[in-house]
Amino acid sequence: MITTDILIIGAGPTGLFTVFEAGLLKLKCHLIDALPQPGGQCSEIYPKKPIYDIPAYPEILAGDLTQKLIEQTKQFEPGFTLGERAETIDKQDDGTFIVTTNKGTKHHAKIVAIAGGLGSFEPRKPLIPTIANFEDKGVEYIIKEPELYRDKKVVISGGGDSALDWAVFLSNVASEVTLIHRRNEFRGALDSVEKVQELKNLGKIRMITPAEVKGIIGTDKVTGVAVEKKGEDAFIVDTDHFIPLFGLSPKLGPIGNWGLEIEKNAIKVNNALDYQTNIPGIYAIGDVNTYPGKLKLILCGFHEATLMCQSAYKRIFPNKKYVMKYTTVGGVDGFDGTRKEAPKAVVKAIQ
Amino acid sequence: MQDINIKITDRNGETHEVVAPTDMAMNLMEVVRSYELAEEGTIGVCGGMAMCASCQCYVVSDHKLPEITDDEDAMLAEAFNVEDNSRLGCQIQMTSEMNGLEVVLAPEM
Repeated sequence: MITTDILIIGAGPTGLFTVFEAGLLKLKCHLIDALPQPGGQCSEIYPKKPIYDIPAYPEILAGDLTQKLIEQTKQFEPGFTLGERAETIDKQDDGTFIVTTNKGTKHHAKIVAIAGGLGSFEPRKPLIPTIANFEDKGVEYIIKEPELYRDKKVVISGGGDSALDWAVFLSNVASEVTLIHRRNEFRGALDSVEKVQELKNLGKIRMITPAEVKGIIGTDKVTGVAVEKKGEDAFIVDTDHFIPLFGLSPKLGPIGNWGLEIEKNAIKVNNALDYQTNIPGIYAIGDVNTYPGKLKLILCGFHEATLMCQSAYKRIFPNKKYVMKYTTVGGVDGFDGTRKEAPKAVVKAIQ
Repeated sequence: MQDINIKITDRNGETHEVVAPTDMAMNLMEVVRSYELAEEGTIGVCGGMAMCASCQCYVVSDHKLPEITDDEDAMLAEAFNVEDNSRLGCQIQMTSEMNGLEVVLAPEM
């Protein structure tokens, strides 16, 4: 069991800055994120996009911003559970929480701060009516274990880098790889496109374009897919696995089932006070929350994180007095023993 | 011209005639959001960077639209319910040339 003062769900900019603000109050943080690295959508979706409304940065790339935030948190030694999605939450008799991920990792925290941004990123599923019946029975949206496809027939659907890269990889593993795309053109790295072309020429990848998978054949498991190709009658491609790779889409996910008050896909909070949700001890900050006048901006997330940490401190230490200090005055004491403070003025007597 | 008139058919099939300003650097997705013609969280999810296709629409009128960019083209290649007249609303700026534009919002993905 991982124990911490504040468990932060979401390791985007707001979640990362929470570590710093909590650290100033000597509160330890641990972050959970469904993505395999911290940074949220800034590092996952648009790391090379410039941002212009971060105070003091006339322009900064989203990826650089998250790197600087990570650097800023290091002195407070946050823990990370990455590549796992917060699944369930159980409130304990003493008011603390146990949060369990989809992989079973348990976290015990005095405070939970949801900084989930747009939510967790989940595979975009094609619009095939019966597809849910075949999930993990031959339909996989993410390739976790390539050996699963050893000597099997595989149909991959999609036209981006993932579809191309996995088609190339599985052409050496599966007995048969079919790549189906709605267009004749593929939008991927030139290397990948050329490699697929080469493998197609060698007969190691079968391409069906422009076409779409419209149905799944099988009873207990996938035995084939129904394909519609422009200008032709629908036909069936025999396969053991159907792997649709259409990128990721943000969803609120299991957090939506935690009993939190939700409004328009966001978590309602008390913004007049401390960004706490309807469940005492659970806060929501950044893009994931909503309140009158809400603005989904990174800088607003930073502000909300700061106020939330002050409230969390009071909740954890109800009898302790705390006076907010400027870092220019009080400096910063890192958990790692570092001490940062302004140099003291040298006083010299005038002779 | 400061304001233009456009017709937007929402996901329930209801057509709305709305007035859009041309002096606020708004795009079609932002017009839809400002008039609340789609539920919050279901349109413009990526903020207008052509990265989610939640603002996909079908352009019904015969307007000369801005050229489709590589980013938009790549997103439409991955999106669902794509038709020949599909565009991303976030890539259509509100200019005087868009006066009379008629679009239908694509189904929610």
